[in-house]
Amino acid sequence: MREISVLKTLLEKGQFAVTAECGPPKGADPEGLIKKAKFLKGKVDSLNVTDNQAATVHMSSMAACCILKSQGIDPVLQIVVRDRNRIALQSDILGASAMGIRNVLCLSGDHQVFGNQPQALGVFDLDSIQFIQVVKNMRDNGRIIGGDVLSAPPDLFIGAVANPFADPLQFREVRLAKKIAAGADFIQTQCIYNLKRFEQWMDMARKEGLTEKVYILGGITPLKSGRMARYMNSRVSGIEIPDDVIKRMEGVTEEKQKEEGIRICVETIQRLKEIDGVKGVHIMAIDWEEVVGEIVESAGLLPRPG
Amino acid sequence: MITAEQKPIDEIREMITPFKRILALGCGSCVAECAAGGEKETRALASTLRMAGRMKGVDRKIDEKTVDRQCVRDFIIPLGDIINNYDAVLSLGCGAGVQVVAEVFPEVPVIPALNTEFLGETRDQGYWLENCVGCGDCMLFYFGGLCPLARCPKQLLNGPCGGAVNGRCEVDPDIPCVWQTIIDRLTFFKTLDRLEKIYPPKDWSKKQGLGPRKIIREEQQR
Repeated sequence: MREISVLKTLLEKGQFAVTAECGPPKGADPEGLIKKAKFLKGKVDSLNVTDNQAATVHMSSMAACCILKSQGIDPVLQIVVRDRNRIALQSDILGASAMGIRNVLCLSGDHQVFGNQPQALGVFDLDSIQFIQVVKNMRDNGRIIGGDVLSAPPDLFIGAVANPFADPLQFREVRLAKKIAAGADFIQTQCIYNLKRFEQWMDMARKEGLTEKVYILGGITPLKSGRMARYMNSRVSGIEIPDDVIKRMEGVTEEKQKEEGIRICVETIQRLKEIDGVKGVHIMAIDWEEVVGEIVESAGLLPRPG
Repeated sequence: MITAEQKPIDEIREMITPFKRILALGCGSCVAECAAGGEKETRALASTLRMAGRMKGVDRKIDEKTVDRQCVRDFIIPLGDIINNYDAVLSLGCGAGVQVVAEVFPEVPVIPALNTEFLGETRDQGYWLENCVGCGDCMLFYFGGLCPLARCPKQLLNGPCGGAVNGRCEVDPDIPCVWQTIIDRLTFFKTLDRLEKIYPPKDWSKKQGLGPRKIIREEQQR
């Protein structure tokens, strides 16, 4: 049976897509992953698997994707350029396609100083944009860097990330355009708390015609507490949480903060559905994957079509 | 220039332990500019080590000498006249200097007193900054005279990444995001469109293709 990307199929049909993120375990045990697959199945269309997120050693994203596939999930393989040179990256692309993985998300990766291996050599042989271009050339022209022809091209739906909240705002569009020109089919954004800024970024993308060329999925991360909101805002690079959101989280008692975080997520999804050019949402519930089903249901996105 | 810093004194003392007659050999070029291995620093290190030896009652002779360029054999060969007076050289040259001394005098142990750091500039007094990786294929023209390979921790050629906030680098907020600076400079020169093209993967064979690189220019050879 020929494998197909659920995500690609839905987006091409014009359906509002729901993806989520799943972190592999910090160990060799597949059980936790299988459990996550069981409760996320039917709640999301496709599931991203992070690649040694936060530059911290986890089970390989490729292996975790294969485990998820065996559970009937359509995985999105995240690959960072931090840990592999161009030989390993291209080889993993072929391996992923051979294993029936149909979605790949190409990104730079958190810098190694932020993780538990700060003494590691950061590879960064390709940057994320070059990597996207390489994957596209492998898929569409059956060629690797240097021009050698593949015995069979990989079949992959190519994703990239964008951070509408990083500086400088004007240049974010140039970078988005470059990712699309390089070959990105879909974009998953950094978590959105500042909707005003996100709308500004989407306006710019629409004006440049970029929303016609790529499927944009808005990123969502449920906040567990006011403390988490403050921490993420000040300590996690690339994330901006406006004061009113932090105050809203802190405005309820501690035991109600999780609920409030979920409510904010659901409201954000409602807003995102109204924005022209947003084709889906990507829910990154960090170490809290069990809440994804509730968010998707409350946002009126169940049942999933797949 | 090449920058360097002196190794911790305890590490140096440990390495010189077996030797009784040592020549502390400074270098008057790069490492003098970065105040790590010039005449002044060589004198100070030799004196510190002599004093430390005396305190422990060790009978050790440490002389000092500084050559103009320790990485050029012509400056090292003349030391052949005095080298027999010593059983080790404590080099305050960069890694290149240490190795030239070792190759010119294969029978003499050479001890590095410095950690060689990077290719960079003197930004201010007591402040040196890495800004070149010696990639063998300079791209500074395209990036407004700023090198993203040396100055972006992720070596992005199509930056900036998603982590820059308020123009600061996410990895070290003490430094400006070099991509922000590149964008500012290209905006000033009205050449920002240069960043709309996708810069292809770097050809690293020009840096490490055949191992240690060499430059051979016949017209310069005697």
